[in-house]
Amino acid sequence: MAGNVNHDYHILEPDIWPLVGSISAVTFTSGLVLNMHPDTFGTSGGIVMWAGLAGLIATFFMWFKNIVVEAQQGDHTPVVQLHMRYGMILFIASEVMFFVGWFWSFFDFALFPAPLSVTDAGTAAQVTANAFLGDNTATGGTLVPQGMEVLDAFSLPLLNTLILLCSGTTVTWAHHALIHGDRDGLKKGLWATIALGALFSAIQAYEYSIAPFNFGQNTYSSAFYMATGFHGFHVLIGTIFLAVCLFRAYKGHFTPRQHFGFEAAAWYWHFVDVVWLFLFIAVYVWGGWGSPVH
Amino acid sequence: MATTAEGFDTNHEEHAHDHADHKPGFFKRWFMSTNHKDIGTLYLIFAIIAGIVGGAMSGVMRLELAEPGIQYLAGAVEFFGGNPSENANLHMWNVFITAHGLIMVFFMVMPAMIGGFGNWFVPLMIGAPDMAFPRMNNVSFWLTVAGFISLCFSLFVPGTGPDALGAGVGWTVYAPLSTTGNPGPAVDFAIFSLHLAGAGSILGATNFITTIFNMRAPGMTLHKMPLFVWSVLVTAFLLLLALPVLAAAITMLLTDRNFQTTFFDPSGGGDPVLYQHLFWFFGHPEVYIMILPGFGMISQIVATFSRKPVFGYLGMAYAMVAIGVVGFIVWAHHMYTVGLDVNTKMYFTAATMVIAVPTGVKIFSWIATMWGGSMEFKSPMVWAMGFIFLFTVGGVTGVVLANGGIDDNLHDTYYVVAHFHYVLSMGAVFSLFAGFYYWFPKMSGRMHSELLSHLHFWGFFIGVNVIFFPQHFLGMNGMPRRIPDYPEAFAYWNEISSYGYAIMAASMLIFFVNLVYAFTIGKKAAANPWGAGATTLEWTLSSPPPFHQFETLPVIEDHHDYHDHMPRGEKPASA
Repeated sequence: MAGNVNHDYHILEPDIWPLVGSISAVTFTSGLVLNMHPDTFGTSGGIVMWAGLAGLIATFFMWFKNIVVEAQQGDHTPVVQLHMRYGMILFIASEVMFFVGWFWSFFDFALFPAPLSVTDAGTAAQVTANAFLGDNTATGGTLVPQGMEVLDAFSLPLLNTLILLCSGTTVTWAHHALIHGDRDGLKKGLWATIALGALFSAIQAYEYSIAPFNFGQNTYSSAFYMATGFHGFHVLIGTIFLAVCLFRAYKGHFTPRQHFGFEAAAWYWHFVDVVWLFLFIAVYVWGGWGSPVH
Repeated sequence: MATTAEGFDTNHEEHAHDHADHKPGFFKRWFMSTNHKDIGTLYLIFAIIAGIVGGAMSGVMRLELAEPGIQYLAGAVEFFGGNPSENANLHMWNVFITAHGLIMVFFMVMPAMIGGFGNWFVPLMIGAPDMAFPRMNNVSFWLTVAGFISLCFSLFVPGTGPDALGAGVGWTVYAPLSTTGNPGPAVDFAIFSLHLAGAGSILGATNFITTIFNMRAPGMTLHKMPLFVWSVLVTAFLLLLALPVLAAAITMLLTDRNFQTTFFDPSGGGDPVLYQHLFWFFGHPEVYIMILPGFGMISQIVATFSRKPVFGYLGMAYAMVAIGVVGFIVWAHHMYTVGLDVNTKMYFTAATMVIAVPTGVKIFSWIATMWGGSMEFKSPMVWAMGFIFLFTVGGVTGVVLANGGIDDNLHDTYYVVAHFHYVLSMGAVFSLFAGFYYWFPKMSGRMHSELLSHLHFWGFFIGVNVIFFPQHFLGMNGMPRRIPDYPEAFAYWNEISSYGYAIMAASMLIFFVNLVYAFTIGKKAAANPWGAGATTLEWTLSSPPPFHQFETLPVIEDHHDYHDHMPRGEKPASA
């Protein structure tokens, strides 16, 4: 901005990517709907969905590229950096509430499992539901139906817990190296964190491939895959975020005084770490307790 | 209000410099905007368009309900490209109530209040040059438009079957009606509509919170912030924490519909009541999201036109905080008849009634603000007073419905419809018109006609009361909501109610005539057309404000004895 601007805020020039991103988003979701209903729409969904996804990825790429460019040209004054801190904390808060939704359904199924049958129904709600929907023996009155095999919490999930906790320390290593001006240490810490994140995702993918139950089998399996699946998706996002930071570390973008991009990635990484701890304790250990393991 | 402009010495001419008022070309300005005022204008235009669509739908509904029997639904089915049949016609009714609700909630009230007035006036009132994240501000708007487009798609694709188009699920999208009950793609489009609009709102919420916490002008502490800014702050927190839970819930709906999960289907161990819990954990904060910014606007307007600072400023601010906090722990009062046990109903009854306390603080503080004030019945003020009266009516019926035992009888009757329209189409919408007339001269630089505004007010006031007051009687007599037909016994008050719609619609024509008047022959608006009572920072700027305001930040001085300086009993300069 030209002229006598006497404040440190960041006044931006007009930008096309919000519009492109929104059009891409509705294109992507519409493509998903078309894909879900091939009887109505035929096979037209694929191209729409991929076009929308491509637009979304392009938007994210250009958007964050622009932010990096603006940071490099000095638009991010201390107060603008403070904005970003607030923005990231609030974004993570909303993400926490998203996972509250998944844990809510999990605990509903765990603490109030569908009753064995009409005669076992304890509450008016269950009597009503059963009278309306018929005898319900879907899960047999427990979270995990009798005899159903679950994953052994103390096998791969425990290993994954250790991997994520370890990655939390490596990202802190990178952070301290960065603060002390040790770019080599920053790179090493980031490489280690990204490798651990990738290892976590690979183990999670392997575990899904050998899991003795599938997505739509019953409420336990659905809640399991949705909660761990969305967590896994967040691990992927976090890994990409850290990889961008590694790229920027090689470019020399971060200084000991200004490196919020890195800090945001680290916060996000700790967030997925904490979500995993809750998943491990609640879903894997507590949820699978007493069931035969695979 | 502790906020004054007296310490703000930047003169208006300084803002008229070319650099501050340099506007980009048409496409850049309106499709690539990073300017909070332009984005606010876009939101307001969008909300008016969505309001016309949603209002037209309620017109069709009132037409159909004017007399017993099914008269018009077949025509509506044909309009959207379906084949009329008894099933398709009745489904069309469900589509109308669904689309009316979703459009009015997500694409009219929220974009107008938070997107429109929030964007325009939060930065102006706190002395900020723009929002904290101007580019993200724009994506919030366009995602809202994307959501609206997705909802429009849903109207033209199969809902229950190839000939019954649209999502006929109610705005609550309850399973199993929204899963096995509406297997067509329409519900998927509607679900994604909420995902898109919700994502936009979450981004907007982070933007508002960051702006309000970080960009207040020097000297403007939280406790000096205008109450409208407080209201948007609380609202933004509600959005931030409630919407993601809705996102999770409707994602579960999506997988139940398309990927064989059984989250809400007892045949696989799921529970339809779980959906209701998740929905209303979002849905109840949502109703406060729709009214809190209105509370904020009413506080500004009542103080302005009583020429007194608002009574009990801190109490007013923290009453909104209390409503926001308690609003998160009362959700199951929407679900009294699903079979909650009696202790649960008792808790939710008690917790719900607690909300009447901070709400009462607000109502009585507005009255106390007017008491002894130098009142002027300008257009914003009559709408604000209409709001206080009619919102109180809706609040009182809310206290009735809060009782789990009484709600067993009134649940899903027209009493509930009357209640929530009193708080929304008379609470939220009255505050929107109050805010619109209050800030229209500031936004457009033109004065609207006071005469037409008053005619609009009286037509609307009479119209909505004629629509909705009889619905209390219908509900007390047991007329169920969401049904297009009814026995002869309910005919009388339904006919009256439909006449009310005609009165309301006619008054809306006056509103649009008023807009045309303002933009063609309306007088140019002064920086402050409302006189000494209008003390917030937006009135220190020209009307309309420069493209970029506050390039030198205003400084807010301490005025502990502020109210002693307020002029009393003298006419404002512009009168």
